[in-house]
Amino acid sequence: MSALYRQSSRRRLLACAAFAGLALLPLLLQAFGQEFYISFAARLLIFALAATSLNFVVGFGGMIAFGHAAFFGAGAYTVAILMENGIASAVLGWPLAVAVSALLALGVGLVSLRTRGVYFIMITLAFAQMIYYLFISLKVWGGDDGLSLATRSSLGPLDLKDDAVFYWVALACLAACLLFLDRITHARFGRVLQAIRENESRMEGLGYPVLRYKLLCFVIGGAMAGLAGALIANHGQLASPNLLQWTQSGTLLVMVIVGGVGALYGGVVGAATLLLLEELLSHFTSHWHAALGLMLLLVVFRAPRGIAAYVHEACSRKKAKESPDE
Amino acid sequence: MTQLFLEQALNGLQFGLMLFLLAAGLTLVFGIMDMINLAHGSLYMVGAYLAAAAAAASGSFIAGVLAAVLGTALLGALLEVTVLRRLYTRDHLSQVLATFALILIANEAVRMVWGDQAMLLNPPEALSGPVEIGGFSYPAFRLLIIAVGAAVALLLYLVVTRTRVGMWVRAGASNREMTEALGINVKRLFTLVFAAGAGLCALAGAMLGPLLAVQVGMGESILILAFVVIVIGGIGSIRGALVGSLLVGVVDTLGRALLPWLLRSFLPGEVAANLGPALAAILIYLLMAAVLFWRPAGLFPARG
Repeated sequence: MSALYRQSSRRRLLACAAFAGLALLPLLLQAFGQEFYISFAARLLIFALAATSLNFVVGFGGMIAFGHAAFFGAGAYTVAILMENGIASAVLGWPLAVAVSALLALGVGLVSLRTRGVYFIMITLAFAQMIYYLFISLKVWGGDDGLSLATRSSLGPLDLKDDAVFYWVALACLAACLLFLDRITHARFGRVLQAIRENESRMEGLGYPVLRYKLLCFVIGGAMAGLAGALIANHGQLASPNLLQWTQSGTLLVMVIVGGVGALYGGVVGAATLLLLEELLSHFTSHWHAALGLMLLLVVFRAPRGIAAYVHEACSRKKAKESPDE
Repeated sequence: MTQLFLEQALNGLQFGLMLFLLAAGLTLVFGIMDMINLAHGSLYMVGAYLAAAAAAASGSFIAGVLAAVLGTALLGALLEVTVLRRLYTRDHLSQVLATFALILIANEAVRMVWGDQAMLLNPPEALSGPVEIGGFSYPAFRLLIIAVGAAVALLLYLVVTRTRVGMWVRAGASNREMTEALGINVKRLFTLVFAAGAGLCALAGAMLGPLLAVQVGMGESILILAFVVIVIGGIGSIRGALVGSLLVGVVDTLGRALLPWLLRSFLPGEVAANLGPALAAILIYLLMAAVLFWRPAGLFPARG
C-alpha cells in the first residue's frame, strides 16, 4: 500500500495536469451550455474532500471510524449558526468550522481511542448518533428541518453565489488539503503513523507516544471534514441533519473503500465513482440503488483494495510485462 | 403516575425482548465468524414484508408470522451460502462495503415487489383491545409480544446452554480454530446459525410490524440499536445480548417517557421541553459509551 505514496515527478506532473483540467471544467461546461453540472461538480469535489479526510484516518491511522459524519455535519452547522447570527464572513466562519470539528474530534478521539477493533467502530458511531439526535431535537437550530442559510458566505472580492467561483474555491480547498496530506505523510509524522498502523505494540515498545499520534491523526481528519462541511452547507445553503446521519458516515466509508483505503487519491476516486454512478444510473432506471449495490459487490470481490489500488496494480503489471528483465 | 410508570416499563420490556431477537443472531455472527453484517436489518425488513403479504393473502396473522419466519430463514441460508461465506476471511472494511451493498439491493428489491407505500399488518382481531390486570389496562397484543419474546429467549437459552448444537455454537464463539480442530463442521454450523438468526429477525419484524410501520428503511434504524445492544453485552455472548437488549429497551423507553417530566420539575418549562427529548434520544448511546469506557469489551466478554 505504501507504494501508492511514493513520490515521483511523473505522478506529481500528472496530478498538476489533472487539477489544471479540473480548473478548466466550468469554462468548458459554460461553453456547452451545461451550467447545471458546475454545481454537481462542486458537490463532487466537496464529497471528495470529506472522503479524503476519512481516508487519512482509516488508511493511515488504521482507525476504522464509523462516525465521520459528525465532523462533516458539525462544520456545516457551525457555518449555518454563524450565518443565523449575522456573521457571513468565510474568513471568520470557515476556520471556526474547522476548529469546532477539530475540537469535537479531540473529545471523541480521547474517549474512543481507548477501545479497538469493532468496539472502536461502534463507539465512534455512538458519538455520531448522539450528535445527530442532539441536533434533531434542538428546535433552536432547526430540528428535523435543518438550518437554512440566507445566502452563501462572503469571501473577500469573490462572489461565491456564482457557481463557477464556488467550484474553484472548493477545488482550491481540495488541492490544498491533498498537498498538505501528501506532505505530512512523507514527513516524520506520517512515517510514524504508518508504522503504528502496521504494528502498534512494536512502536509502543520503541517508546513512541502511540495514542498521541493516533489522536492527532484523528483530529486532522475531523478538522478537514469540518472544512468539507462548511463547503457543503454553502453549496446547498442548508445544514441538514441528514449530513449527521449514520448513513452519511457509511456512504463516506464506502467511498473510501471503493476508491482505495490508504491511497492518496482514494477518497477522490471513490467519491467521483459513487456520485457519477448515482447520477448516471438514475437517468436509466429508478431502481438504480440496486444496480449500485451490485456494482459495489463487484468491487468487493474483483478489486478488493479499491479502484485506485486496482488501477495502480494493473499499471505496474503492464510495466513489468514491457520490461521483463528489470 | 404508577400507571404511567408501569405501562412504560412494560413497553420497555417488550421492546427489549424484540431487540433481543435481532441481537441474538447478530452477536453470534459477529462472535463466531468475526463478521460485521450490516444487512441484518434488511432481513428484519424482509421478514416484516413477508408477514404482511402472507397475512393479507391468508387472512391469518399466525400464518403470516410462520411464513415470514420460514421464508426469511431460507433466504438467510441462501445469502450465507452465496455471498457472506466468501467474506469471513476478509477484513472488516470489505464486510462493511459488501453488506452495505446488500442493504441497497434488499431495499430496492422490496420496493420493486411491494412498492413505495408502507404496508399494513394488523394484529389478530381477538388481541386488538386492551386487557385489565389488577385495575391497570394494557394492550393485549403488546402482552403477546412480551410472552412470545420471553418464550423465544428462554428457548434460545436452553438450546444454547443445554444442547449439543448449543455447545458447538458456544465453542465456536470462544475459539473457532480449536472447535474446527475437534472435528466440528463450523461452516455448516454457521449456515444453520445464520438461518436461525434470520428467522428470529423475521419473527421480530412480524411482531413489531403492527406497532411500527412496515416500510423500506425500517431495518436501518433498528440495526444500529441491535449493534448498540451487542456491544454493550459483549460480542458473541447470548447472555450479554439478553441483558443488553433489556437494558437498552427499558432505558430508551423510560427515558423518553420520564426524562422530560423529570427535567420539568427543576428546570424552566422552555428549556426542559427542548432538552428532554434530546437527552432521552442520546441516553442509550451515552450508556454504550460509558460501558465501553469502563468495560472496553462489553459487560459479558465471550472470549476469555
